[in-house]
Amino acid sequence: MTREPPVLSIRGLRKSFGAVEVLRGIDLDVQPRELVFVIGPSGSGKSTLLRCCNRLEEPSNGSIHFDGTDILSPRTDINAVRRRIGMVFQNFNLYPHMTAAGNVMLALRQVLKKDRREAEAIAGEALARVGLADKRGAYPNELSGGQQQRVAIARALALEPKAVLFDEPTSALDPELVGSVLQVMRDLRQAGMTMVVVSHEMGFARAAADRVVFMDQGEIVEQGPPDTVFGAPRHARTRAFVEQIVRH
Amino acid sequence: MPGFAETFLNLAIMQAALPYLLQGLWTTLLLVALVVPLGIAGGLAVALLYRSPRRRVRWPLILYVDFFRAFPPLVLLIFLYAGLPFAGLEIGAFTAVAIGFFLNTSAYYGEVLRAGIESVPRGQMEAARSTGLSAGRAMAWVILPQAVRNVLPDLVGNTLEVVKLTSLASVVALPELLFAARQAQSLTYNPSPIVLAAVIYFVLLWPFVRLLSRLEHRMLAAR
Ligand SMILES: Nc1ncnc2c1ncn2[C@@H]1O[C@H](COP(=O)(O)OP(=O)(O)OP(=O)(O)O)[C@@H](O)[C@H]1O
Ligand SMILES: [Mg+2]
Repeated sequence: MTREPPVLSIRGLRKSFGAVEVLRGIDLDVQPRELVFVIGPSGSGKSTLLRCCNRLEEPSNGSIHFDGTDILSPRTDINAVRRRIGMVFQNFNLYPHMTAAGNVMLALRQVLKKDRREAEAIAGEALARVGLADKRGAYPNELSGGQQQRVAIARALALEPKAVLFDEPTSALDPELVGSVLQVMRDLRQAGMTMVVVSHEMGFARAAADRVVFMDQGEIVEQGPPDTVFGAPRHARTRAFVEQIVRH
Repeated sequence: MPGFAETFLNLAIMQAALPYLLQGLWTTLLLVALVVPLGIAGGLAVALLYRSPRRRVRWPLILYVDFFRAFPPLVLLIFLYAGLPFAGLEIGAFTAVAIGFFLNTSAYYGEVLRAGIESVPRGQMEAARSTGLSAGRAMAWVILPQAVRNVLPDLVGNTLEVVKLTSLASVVALPELLFAARQAQSLTYNPSPIVLAAVIYFVLLWPFVRLLSRLEHRMLAAR
């Protein structure tokens, strides 16, 4: 296990919006099958970090390697990289004009060029994997938030990604719907998926995360096993933040 | 003095004028079939180019759209047909009409489609790109279908205006429906052909007006 190269390797990553530097030198390796949990105050740069990993945001400086590919190289076909990095958004971002199956099938058809029957079969499997086999014909507005987010996860999984990035996947959900999405993520981890998760679900982090990364003001302040970061944080900033989310 | 019916609703004259008017209608439909797709294509180009982050690309587009939306189409048409020859450019009635209407309608469609594209949340493009779709495919499969749906009443309304606009071609002697009716009127010394043309316009456009009305209601109800 120790000899395997990291799936994701970030070095000296910097990102500025205008004069504001939002990421100030991030170094992070994510190992195969690892679940890395990212926490931090609002505005600390967590989303920006994830979005740089598939170049939805263009980094200002530094390097990012994904599965051996330098994703910032101008020679890299970014679309080819993106289909191997799943991304799950806070607001699901399902296509409202397509059914659940249609959402899952779009990239299968348009990017992987699968024929209709094969795409339908893969979409069916992906939806079954998130517990929504019976919802393939439903439109997003006919689904609960939790179901929509699971369709979004199926959409990412259908492309057989090497890793999946989650940006606050449960923040937009009513509390009673959070569990179903976390369950899917637990199953994914069980199946050995490499995951980077931005979230404040501490219970989930304690149960499922291999490592917790605490970010503040564009830097990684502290990282370690969940019990250490949540139970005995070394830095005052981490302690203050952890206390604050425990109280909520 | 002849009665109202005999003057305005003279069936014998209408019957005689009908084949002539139908020929005009055919030209009108031909114009619509030419101007609407071209206008939509031009408008789409405007709307897509407008997404450029470069100000140098965007502001000429704003200028284009504003200019041709503000310019009265009748003035534009007469300028192209009667003004350009003074510069040695004889372009003929049909070309003048095609160019004039293209400039006008592409500006309107461009504005409508631009608003439609902007009404689609940013996350839609990001979700599509994150699955590996190219910008073009994401636009075609994810953004445009939603954009069109969001501005469908405006698109239909705009198309209605284009059909009405074609009657302006009569002033440069293009033998469309209104021109045919005017000809028939002056040959018969009777306005009934004009009335008949009005009826034909109404029959042609009324279904679209109904459709528009229903779309507008549906949009309001969905809000
Ligand atoms: N497109 C953008 N243009 C300008 N500033 C931006 C942009 N995106 C993010 N920012 C700024 O970058 C900083 C970091 O944003 P980011 O969304 O990464 O934070 P976050 O840690 O995900 O916060 P939250 O917990 O609220 O989601 C914020 O100050 C934000 O205002
Ligand atoms: Mg965020």
